[in-house]
Formats: sequence, C-alpha cells, structure tokens
Amino acid sequence: MAAAASAKSPLTWAVHAGVLFLVVIWTLPTFGLFVSSIRDKDQLAVSGWWTALTPSEQRKIGRSGAPDTQVEENGKYVLEGNVLEGESGEITKFGVRSQQPSAFDAGATAEMPRGEMMTVEANGDYRLVSDEPWTGSRGKRIFYTVTAPPRFTLENYANVLRANGLAQSFINSLTVTIPSTVIPILIAAFAAYALAWMKFPGRALLIAAVVGLLVVPLQMSLIPLLRLYNEAGLILGVPAKTYVGIWLAHTGFGLPLAIYLLRNYIAGLPREIMESAKVDGASDFDIFIKIVLPLSFPALASFAIFQFLWVWNDLLVAMVFLGNGDDQLVLTGRLRELLGSRGGNWEILTASAFISIIVPLIVFFALQRYLVRGLLAGSVKGG
Amino acid sequence: MNQLVFATITMVLGVAGCAAYFLASNWILDAILPSKEGDGERAIRNLRLANTIRPWLFLAPALLALGVYLFFPVVSSLQLSFFGRSGEEFVGLSNYTWMLGDGEFHESMLNNMLWLVFVPAAATFFGLVIAAMTDRVWWGNIAKSLIFMPMAISFIGAAVIWKFIYDYREEGAEQIGLLNALVVFFGGEPQAWITVPFYNNFFLMIILVWIQTGFAMVILSAALRGIPEETIEAAVIDGANGLQIFFKIMVPQIWGTIAVVWTTITILVLKVFDIVLAMTNGQWNTQVLANLMFDWMFRGGGDFGRGATIAIVIMVLVIPIMVWNIRRANAEMEGR
Repeated sequence: MAAAASAKSPLTWAVHAGVLFLVVIWTLPTFGLFVSSIRDKDQLAVSGWWTALTPSEQRKIGRSGAPDTQVEENGKYVLEGNVLEGESGEITKFGVRSQQPSAFDAGATAEMPRGEMMTVEANGDYRLVSDEPWTGSRGKRIFYTVTAPPRFTLENYANVLRANGLAQSFINSLTVTIPSTVIPILIAAFAAYALAWMKFPGRALLIAAVVGLLVVPLQMSLIPLLRLYNEAGLILGVPAKTYVGIWLAHTGFGLPLAIYLLRNYIAGLPREIMESAKVDGASDFDIFIKIVLPLSFPALASFAIFQFLWVWNDLLVAMVFLGNGDDQLVLTGRLRELLGSRGGNWEILTASAFISIIVPLIVFFALQRYLVRGLLAGSVKGG
Repeated sequence: MNQLVFATITMVLGVAGCAAYFLASNWILDAILPSKEGDGERAIRNLRLANTIRPWLFLAPALLALGVYLFFPVVSSLQLSFFGRSGEEFVGLSNYTWMLGDGEFHESMLNNMLWLVFVPAAATFFGLVIAAMTDRVWWGNIAKSLIFMPMAISFIGAAVIWKFIYDYREEGAEQIGLLNALVVFFGGEPQAWITVPFYNNFFLMIILVWIQTGFAMVILSAALRGIPEETIEAAVIDGANGLQIFFKIMVPQIWGTIAVVWTTITILVLKVFDIVLAMTNGQWNTQVLANLMFDWMFRGGGDFGRGATIAIVIMVLVIPIMVWNIRRANAEMEGR
C-alpha cells in the first residue's frame, strides 16, 4: 500500500478528501448533540444547531406594565416600559392580536382593538397610549418577533442535574460500575492462569465452554435469574433488586470475556520464566502472584476498560435487576425515562445524553491504546 | 454519596474476599498435603495430589459464577419455554405453537433477518474501506480515533443523538433535525422518518452501523498491516492498479479476519435491544426479537414462558457462530 501512496497522484488527494468526509459524517452527530446541549433552550427549539452562531428569530408574547403603573400625560393615559425585560435581542416585528403577531414593523404605531395606540421600538421600548384610563389587573399582551444573538449557556446542564435527577443517577451509575469492573478481574485472572499453565483433565473442554459462553445471549439469563433473585429475596427477607445483585450479575456476565482475554495473554507469556521459577521451588500460587499478575497488566487493563464501558453503557441488565426508584435508576435508565416523558424537550435530552456519555468518552480517549489491544487480542488471533 | 462509599467498600471487600479465598485455600491445601518435608515417597504422592486439586481451587469462583449466571440460566430458559406464564404449569409445546402463529413474532423475525444482513455487511464494508484509506494519510490515527469514538457511546445515548437527527417538524416550520433540514434544503418534504414502515428499520440500523464501524475498522486495519509487503510489491510490478491490489490481493488475504468481524457484529445484532426500545419500542413495524422478548417478560405482569421461548430462538440463531468459534479456538490451541 506504501507503493500506491508514494505515487503522488490526484488519487492521494481523493483519499484525503474521502477520509475527511467520513470523519465528518461520523463525528457530526455527536458534535451536534454537544452544540445543542449548550445552546439557549428557546433558540434550540426553533433553529437547527448548525445555525447556532447566527442570530435566531423567535416569536414571543410579552405584557405591558399593569394598569396601576400608568401615567397621565396631557389628558392621555400612557403605559411605558421595555418588553424585552433585560434580554438581549432586536425586535423586528410586533402585533396587537394573536392572529397577526407580526403585522407591524418595529417603530410603527399600531391601533389596538379598542382604539388605543401601541408603539414598539426595535430595542424593546413600548408605549401604549389611551384616551381612557387603563383598567384591569394585568398589562396588555404584546406580540413580537425578536432576533436574538446566539447565546451559549450551561443552564441546561444545571437544570437537568438539579431538576431531572441526573446527579443522583450519575452516582448510581458509578455505584454499579466500580465494583462490577474490579471484582471479576481477580476471579478471572486465577481461572485464566489455571487454564493456561496448569495441567488437569478437562482443561480443553473448559476452554471450549468459556469460548461458547462468550456468545450466549444475555436474554437467556434474564428470566431465570429474575426468578432466582425473587426467590432468594423472599427466603433471605431482602428486596430482590439490590446493588449487590447487579454487581454479581455483571461479574457473571463479564467473566467469559475476562477469562478468554486473560487466558490468551497469559498463555503467551514465555514458558522459560515459569519453568525457571518452578525449578527454584516456587509453587503455582507464588508464580501467579509474583510473576504472572504483574506481567499481565496490559491484559487486565484491556478487560477493565471493556467491562467499564459495557457496564456503564448497559441498560438491559439495569432495567431487570435494579428498581425504577430515584436511588437505583442509572444514567441509561434515566435517559430512557426522559425520552418517554420529555420527548420534545431537546435541551433536557441533549444535556442528559451528554452527561451520560462524557465519562465513557474520557475513558475511551485516555485509554484507547489498551482498548485496541484488547480488541485485537480477542478477535484477530484466530484469523 | 453514601452509596459510593458503600460501593467502594464492597469493591475492596470483594477483592479482599477473593484474595483471602485464594490465599487460604492454597495454604490449607499445603498444610493438609505437605510436600516440602518428610519422607520422599510420601512427599511425591502429596505433591501429585496437591497438583491435581490446585487447578480446581483456582477455578472454583469462576466456575461458580459462570454456572449460576450463564450455564444454569440456559438450562432453565429451555425448561421454562415448556411452561406457562408464571413458570409453574407444564404446557408442552404450546408456547412454540403460539410463537409460530404470532404476527408480531413473524415481524420480529423478518426485521431481525434484515438487521442480520444489513448491519454486519455495512459495518464491515465501511470498516474495511476506512481502514484502507486511513492507512494512507498521515493523520490517519486521528481519523481512526474519531471514527472509533461512537463505540464508547451507549446504545441509548446513540439513540438520543440520532433521534435528534431524525427529528420532525411540520412542513413549513423550521426543521431542527439535520436530516429533515437537508431534505427541505434540497426541496423535499420533511418526513417523520422513524414512523415510515419498512424504511424506518434502516434508520435504526444506521445507528448500529455508526457504532460498529469503528470496531471493524480497528481490527481490519491491524489485519491489513499484517499483509506481507512482497505480495503487494509483486502485484505492483505486474501492473495492478490500486483497486485491483485492494480487492484481489489484500482482501483475499484477510478473509479470516473479515469473517471474525462479521460474526462478532452478527452476535451483537441478534442481541440488539436498547436502540429499538428507545427509538420506537417496536412500533411502526420495527419490532425485533430481543425487544419482543423483553416486552413479554413484563407484559401484563410478565409471561415467563413466552419470554423464555423467544430467548431460545435467539440462542438457536447464535449456536452456529458459537460452534464455529469453538472450533476456531480449538484449532488455534492445537497449532500452538
């Protein structure tokens, strides 16, 4: 392939352009989500995220000051103020009735249904003039179209973390993930060493079984385990849905991959090291603890990353083995719930989604090396 | 916060417990069967016996967990598929006959087949093309990293990302979904994409292709780099052009890896659940087996018999790949 690349042809540029195009396609969805999550929620609702840097036009309804703020000027009754109330933006159109919310240009004077006059300036200043005193308890409605400059904010994040329970779910996700990632490692490492370097009858069969279990669909386990947990809960007098239950479940589901990855790695360690240690009188246990475990760090790291991503991103296991309460709902479950209840509120969904994917993304970019190594160890060897 | 403390303590206890188990069981074994002192013959017998037992001490926790969480459920699901909704009365094959006549099951099977054909093919194809292309540009590693990134995103997170792209506003209103905005820009009519039967399946599948292409790319890229340089040089000397080299020299040499990538993604596709649940929950003819199974597990208080029966179908579909994997692993071990 180096030969083809060295021929500096137009093809080289086509390859550059092609890769760039694919990279853009692959990153654009996530990028759009991120940009949307930091936009002002009113702007987000009316314009695409790719327009985030241009001013957006919104139709709004404001109210004039209440009648008790009116001032008498030369026999006329005047209500004055600013309809934007400190918000930035420029008014382009306004109207006096809901059917025609943008009938007048900014700066013009409109006649209201009862003959009063309304003027709205581009900067939001309004002036309502009437021959009769204004009555009633509330101000008059002012329909206006405002062109607001782009606005970026972290309000959406503050909002979902506080009001939508994302903060609690974040902690719940961590609670599920940490033990579920660490506990299987030691169990798997011992088993992997036995399968790689100890001789006993049935070893080949066990390895085949692990390879087979690697692809058993999770769906097979759900119903029997749900029944088992319910029964165990009844017998022990504890709730069926507990963190301990899901830690053990993730441990069980993660073990085949852990054993498989670690066995492949440990089996590839040089035989001489083991044998010289044996000659020196070291037992299998000593060899494992003092030699194999430290040497296996890259494989352990690979598995840990896999398991972390898998557990953090899991929805199915959490939905079956954890409850829907605030104290047990993990981020993925929360996101699913929000999709159902707040389906149209994109400021909530985008910010929540970004909170749920930020941790795996950090892990991914920081530890990509180990992830790739693990993937290759798991798949390419047999190729 | 208390929870996190609880989780950390459990983690430490769990690891310490495992360590204590391995330490203690080995110490006890050594104590019962001493092999370091005493008369020679007895020490040798003890050593041999200890070496027979020790592997099982190493394996015991893993075997227990695998047994409870994977092996027992497979047997139990098979058994439950012959029982009624609560799993107590024996109903023979009636779950299976129900399934064969159920319209929703037919729809799921059909959709699953669609997924099985499209997703592995598309992800492997894009993965291969991107792997070949990124190897030729100096910033290829950055490009790979970015295309690999969706792999870290949860299915449900990806569902939100893509639902936003497919978002639909009535005609005339400004579209905030990228796809509809593009359609309108080119003069088309906006559509509520995920509610258009048949084609909506593809809009869901694209999400999985988006996630899995990175995986295919990483593995195929490594395989492409492993191709002996001489074969390509020979082709260049013989006057082959770039495309010919790619399809006739490089691809045939990595068929094995392509098959591995393909089957791995196939397994994932069979289990696809989160995406369908989040995007449509099986409405508008998008149901798939895994979501149907989950549905029956809780529908009307839960029908464990039917749920287990659908799980068995997924399992049966996985078995050919499982057998192939095991044979491959065996062959590899013998070659060692």
